[in-house]
Amino acid sequence: MQHTQPSTGLMQTTQTVGIVGYGAYVPRYRIRGEAISQMWTAGNSRSPVEEKSVNGVDEDVVTMSIEAARNALKRARIDPRHIRAVWVGSESHPYAVKPTSTIVAEAIGAVPNTQAADWEFACKAGTEAMQAAVGFVGSGMARYALSIGMDTAQGRPRDALEYTAAAGGAAMLLGPGDESVAVINGSYSFVTDTPDFWRREHAVYPSHGDRFTGEPAYFRHVTGAANAIMAAMGMTAADYDWAVFHQPNVKFPRRVAAELGFTERQTRPGLLAGCIGNTYSGSCMIGLTGILDVARPGDRILMVSYGSGAGSDAFDLTVTDGIEYARARAPRTSQYIQRRTEIDYATYASYRGKIRA
Amino acid sequence: MQIAKHWRLTQQRYGLVGTTCTSCGNPHFPARERCLRCGEPVTEVTHFSGFGEVFSYTVVYHPPAGFEFNAPYVLALIQLDEGPLLTAQLTDVAPDEVHIGMNVEMVTRKLREEGPEGIIVYGYKFRPVELGDRVSFSDVSG
Repeated sequence: MQHTQPSTGLMQTTQTVGIVGYGAYVPRYRIRGEAISQMWTAGNSRSPVEEKSVNGVDEDVVTMSIEAARNALKRARIDPRHIRAVWVGSESHPYAVKPTSTIVAEAIGAVPNTQAADWEFACKAGTEAMQAAVGFVGSGMARYALSIGMDTAQGRPRDALEYTAAAGGAAMLLGPGDESVAVINGSYSFVTDTPDFWRREHAVYPSHGDRFTGEPAYFRHVTGAANAIMAAMGMTAADYDWAVFHQPNVKFPRRVAAELGFTERQTRPGLLAGCIGNTYSGSCMIGLTGILDVARPGDRILMVSYGSGAGSDAFDLTVTDGIEYARARAPRTSQYIQRRTEIDYATYASYRGKIRA
Repeated sequence: MQIAKHWRLTQQRYGLVGTTCTSCGNPHFPARERCLRCGEPVTEVTHFSGFGEVFSYTVVYHPPAGFEFNAPYVLALIQLDEGPLLTAQLTDVAPDEVHIGMNVEMVTRKLREEGPEGIIVYGYKFRPVELGDRVSFSDVSG
């Protein structure tokens, strides 16, 4: 592997690093886009997703992260006491002060010899933690580092975001390349100060800049990051088998994929927003789990996240032989998606604390 | 506030950690200092698999303080595969879907909140086994 290349912004490690275990989590409750449309517009507005996942009343980012982490550990088959970092990226941590990550670390048996921290960067907090974990392992500081992107996203009643703000995410356990199911060939980050979406301290719901969240925000950053990493790696869209982009809806990732030259076939297994909604920090990471569930050894994957405020992290991965053995050791992402209980708007409003007894 | 009480039970609640009698092999949950069967001192810590079945259950419509957010909920006696019987809430299942003998697996969920400004208490609940997966969480717990 090569050292950091400042001319291109490409980030690579001195030791080979990869994903040694991955795990998804999607809560079982779903609300149809039509039900939200019926509630606020008598069914006259069209939902950007078919349905979205909703966490149960006893679920939050802690409990969901624990299940995803346990799935990643089942695939990796390592002793959790060898984990040196438990990092959880989210914009819905249950506590304002007290780490989600210590609770997750305790529940999976990684304490006390571990780093633990919560990460925040709107929808890219998970990939930010993943990139840091790559560095932690790649430097030799840690044999294993766990990164999680998980959210129970907030959407103001009647706002456009209410159709998509969903619950779910994924855990990626990073470790030595020779134990991996997918090796990280390189990563890249594209960041600017772009105020497209935010939530102020003590505010219950986020605010956003409507159409401003598109062109100068999502498209500029995702395209910038994707083009930069492909150029630095000497790759074109056709050289990848699979690609996954942050998915606030179905339209944005479809458009960005087409503009970058990717086909629908390349993005299909990772494009999950249509049936689970936007899982924010978990969005492209759970998309990656959908790809790993079907990928073959040797497949090349491009993953690009997006977080408002704003930035994108891009990863270039190659799937290894290990995937064939690891895959079946934990539930596939499609199993979580197929496991569903539909709820109506009133139940959804109650589960999400929008109405209280 | 009962922080210390909850903190002491963390291992038990997150990892289903109990004990097994080193003399007669009888497993216990929660952990015991002496075996309930033979009375000998117990020293072996056991991480239970988290799999079991519903031994009996009831539906709680009028919950005690701290559990209102969850009602109505199913409170069940779970017979673990290893033998111990414990009391836990069922989750991800409607009361009319529950039956005695139902295969269940342990998950970590929010048990209660100590008011809007207090701690959040997490611990075990059980849900129907439906993901076609029998890898125990204790296989991956240290």
